[in-house]
Amino acid sequence: MMKTDFRREPLYIAILAGLLILGFFLPSWLRFLLQTAMAGGLVAVGVSLQMRAGLVNFGQGLYYALGGYAVGMLAAQAGITDIFLLLIAAVVVSTVAGVILGLLLSRYREIFYAMLSLAVSMILYGLLVKAAWLGSTDGFNIPSLSYLGWTPSRAVRPDVYYITTAILTVLACLATARYLTSGAGMLCEAVAENEIRLEYLGANPRKVAFIVIVVAAALSGLGGGLLAMSTGHVDPLMTNWTTSGGFVFVALLAGRGSTIAPMIGFFLLELVRNYALDLAPNAWQMILGAVMLMVILLLPEGLWSLVERRRKA
Amino acid sequence: MKLETLTLGLAGAAFAAGAAIAQDGEPIELGIPVFLSGAASGPFGLPQQNGANVLIEALNAGEVPAPYDTVGINGRMVEATYVDEAADPVQEYRNLVEREGVDAVVGYTSSGNCKAVAPLAEQLEQLTVLVDCGTPQIFESVVTDPTYLFRTGPTGTIDSVGAVRYLVDTGVDMSRVAGINQNYAWGQDAWADFTGSLTALETDSEIATEQFPQVFAGQYGAEVSALLTSSANAVHTSFWGGDLEAFILQAAPRGLFARSAVVMTTGEAAMQRLPDEIPEGAIIGARGPYSYFAPDTELANWFRDAYEAEHGTLPSYPAWKMAQAILGLKAAWEKADSDDPAEIAAAFENLEFETPAGTVRMAIGNGHQAIQGIAYGTFAKDDEGNPTVENVISYSAECVNPPEGQTAAAWIEAGFPGAQCE
Amino acid sequence: MLKFTAIMLDGMNYAAWLFLVAVGLTLIYGVMRILNIAHGAFYAIGAYVCASALGVFYAAGLPGALAFAVMGVVALVAGVIVGLAVERGVLRFLYGRDEVLMVLVTYALFLILEDAVKLIWGVESYFVYQPYAYFGFIEINGLPYQVYDLMIVALAIVLGIALWFWLERSRMGRMTTAVVADREISAAMGINVTRIFATTFAIGTVFAVIGGVVTAPKISVTPGIGAEVIILAFAVVVVGGLGSIPGAAIGALFAGYARAMSVHLAPAYELFAIYAVMAVVLAIRPHGLFARASGRKI
Repeated sequence: MMKTDFRREPLYIAILAGLLILGFFLPSWLRFLLQTAMAGGLVAVGVSLQMRAGLVNFGQGLYYALGGYAVGMLAAQAGITDIFLLLIAAVVVSTVAGVILGLLLSRYREIFYAMLSLAVSMILYGLLVKAAWLGSTDGFNIPSLSYLGWTPSRAVRPDVYYITTAILTVLACLATARYLTSGAGMLCEAVAENEIRLEYLGANPRKVAFIVIVVAAALSGLGGGLLAMSTGHVDPLMTNWTTSGGFVFVALLAGRGSTIAPMIGFFLLELVRNYALDLAPNAWQMILGAVMLMVILLLPEGLWSLVERRRKA
Repeated sequence: MKLETLTLGLAGAAFAAGAAIAQDGEPIELGIPVFLSGAASGPFGLPQQNGANVLIEALNAGEVPAPYDTVGINGRMVEATYVDEAADPVQEYRNLVEREGVDAVVGYTSSGNCKAVAPLAEQLEQLTVLVDCGTPQIFESVVTDPTYLFRTGPTGTIDSVGAVRYLVDTGVDMSRVAGINQNYAWGQDAWADFTGSLTALETDSEIATEQFPQVFAGQYGAEVSALLTSSANAVHTSFWGGDLEAFILQAAPRGLFARSAVVMTTGEAAMQRLPDEIPEGAIIGARGPYSYFAPDTELANWFRDAYEAEHGTLPSYPAWKMAQAILGLKAAWEKADSDDPAEIAAAFENLEFETPAGTVRMAIGNGHQAIQGIAYGTFAKDDEGNPTVENVISYSAECVNPPEGQTAAAWIEAGFPGAQCE
Repeated sequence: MLKFTAIMLDGMNYAAWLFLVAVGLTLIYGVMRILNIAHGAFYAIGAYVCASALGVFYAAGLPGALAFAVMGVVALVAGVIVGLAVERGVLRFLYGRDEVLMVLVTYALFLILEDAVKLIWGVESYFVYQPYAYFGFIEINGLPYQVYDLMIVALAIVLGIALWFWLERSRMGRMTTAVVADREISAAMGINVTRIFATTFAIGTVFAVIGGVVTAPKISVTPGIGAEVIILAFAVVVVGGLGSIPGAAIGALFAGYARAMSVHLAPAYELFAIYAVMAVVLAIRPHGLFARASGRKI
């Protein structure tokens, strides 16, 4: 597995920030794609973090959905439209869920962790589908949001939402990088490699796993909240296994070289999907599958290895 | 798809060059999101796409009967871009509007997609015509003050209200009623409307069992057993597509249709697909006055014949709903006699226009939501062995739709105040 | 009493179907450590091929009884061809890679195959209901059941026992069991691991295709049936223990009866039944009910 060189991490995050600033000037449909990719990318980062510890979460959509629905329910039903409150709520809700599920799931590994997390996320899916008052499979829409009292007008709203997403994404990446250089973060890979040795050395693998689960949950909740804000709509598909699977695939395809890798990977994947839909509306799944296969066959360490290779050369 | 559109455009242009009536102008781009993949593509996407193609070709050639016998829309040729609504609907909508720059978006079947896209239509000030989508919530709560958003098809409310009325009017024993509906918004709403209508019409029904299998479950052995053991006299289902077909295949041989009056609110689509498996007497709905329930008008017969000539089968109800969406757009556009979306939208509001399925009135939702009547009948085979419907009862639009200003749920709960049925 | 009979029979019918659908998945994982998401596509291919083959068959006016023979042949041929094509064509280049990466590969294959099926057969639904009605129905306690469904139960039992027998008694089967226990040592002992992999994958695929073939007569064969089956198969296989054939049978019984009971007694919760079973079983026995114990490597 490719080792992460964290010394370059601040540089990569700065590059991401630069890209996002440039992104502001993209045509609006493409910028919107980038915006939702950032939201989804945060979830993929969460999955990627857990994968370092050998935990493959096939149900990360649960936290994504909890974040989105938290924003949605508070805005649409409790009338709270302040974006800061809403996003804090999204992170809090998903973190609490992460804590609860982390306590339950932190002793499972590999396929079993994957299956259990999938089962739990599908139970949430079932609950949301049954909830007719939440719109069941239709979901519901979210009213326009405000910033400490100021409600952006319709004309500037997309710009404001984009800037919010961009800033929060960069901050989240910085926080994640900080976490990864901390003790708990660095021990993740040790958990994946050899748990028993880790125990002999005095660390507690369960605690390391628990922490990574909670951090990933918080990131995913933020992603879900940002998505709710961007699209103005939430529905149970956010926690469906197909959505969760999408995050796992992005995390795998992007590789582990950097925290920004899943972000860019998610954006590229969405771009491929968009163009596949445009070029071949009847065969876009096939194109997507073929692209995935090629990346796996040609770039075993994920897309990020392209960056690493150039650096070594 | 692009090649077809190009050929269409060229053919249309050739005709336009020949016909002196046509004005000079760029073709109108319609963005048409329908299901091109997944389980809904066969029952919905395909007939909608076929129906759109038949209509657009005929419009560009000026072959549609009166009152639509002018070429194209307001003299301009029509071109269609089809996108898959199974993928990310919000992103795809933006792509259509901001990247492709279409003149109007006409489509959507899934209620979830309609709800997601509705506010976006208003935000981007894009003329949008929703074709299907069962949920009445679009103009009840999602977009309460619409300008650019329209729906030319009736909501799903009429299905259940009409079904109950039909069951009562044909004398079915309503003492024990059961339902089997897919466990998602569509099925849940349909059943809620059905049971609400039972209460409103004071049938004093006992709900013997209410089954909610997962969408696309495909295996209904246990559910059919439950329905059989429940001794219900009437069974309601809003199943569609592959689920409906599997249900028929699994329930009919076991005698469910013989033991109970089964009303299939979307049964019309299955009639052509399974004419030998649907038992006689099964109650069929078409979600409106479409297909076998269409009026005997020149427009209806033309559409049916043109579709059959092109595709070898009769058009099912999604094709009819797509046709009336495009015709409604044409009617509004030509009434406005302008290419300005705001003016077209103003003309569309409260519009009354003719369609192959009869008159459509944009009467509720502040003039943006269409109302239509509904008809139910029983399945039978005619003398040549072709599927048809008998014992047809039609209900007018004012009988099965809530009035302006009242939500469907409230209207049902209050017992259909203001309903005008003969 | 009637409800009890119904639950017993419905549970058994559904369990038999689940077993047929899931056993191939657990076999492939057990031997090759590949969680094959394309399994759903194989099931769909089985259903479509059956519909097409029998469509031709009935159009030619051949006697109904032969249809079942045709179904068997079609399942075998289609399964072997597709299985070997996928295994030799794609998977064998990726052996030894990370387990989770293989899931990604099989998911990519699933997407490709789903669209391939759609391009070949189109989006309209196919029917081939004649075999389903062939044996008519019998009444059990006043409740009509199609004999075909009961025959699926018989088929599941027969095939399950045959598979178990093959693994335990036949030479190839015992070599397969050795490969499951320890791939390296088996290769060192001279077992042709590559051939075992190919054979296993082919057998697993044939089972998936059989699942589709026997189901085709009772459903409407449309796009998307593959995706629905995957998650069910996973749940069954995980509950029973990945890699265990008896586990798949027990898992299928659990899931089948959970669903039957839910449908008859609490239909509103039927959506949860299978995931609740999965979560509960995994919480108590994280490796599933019958998973093989494996030593921890220090």
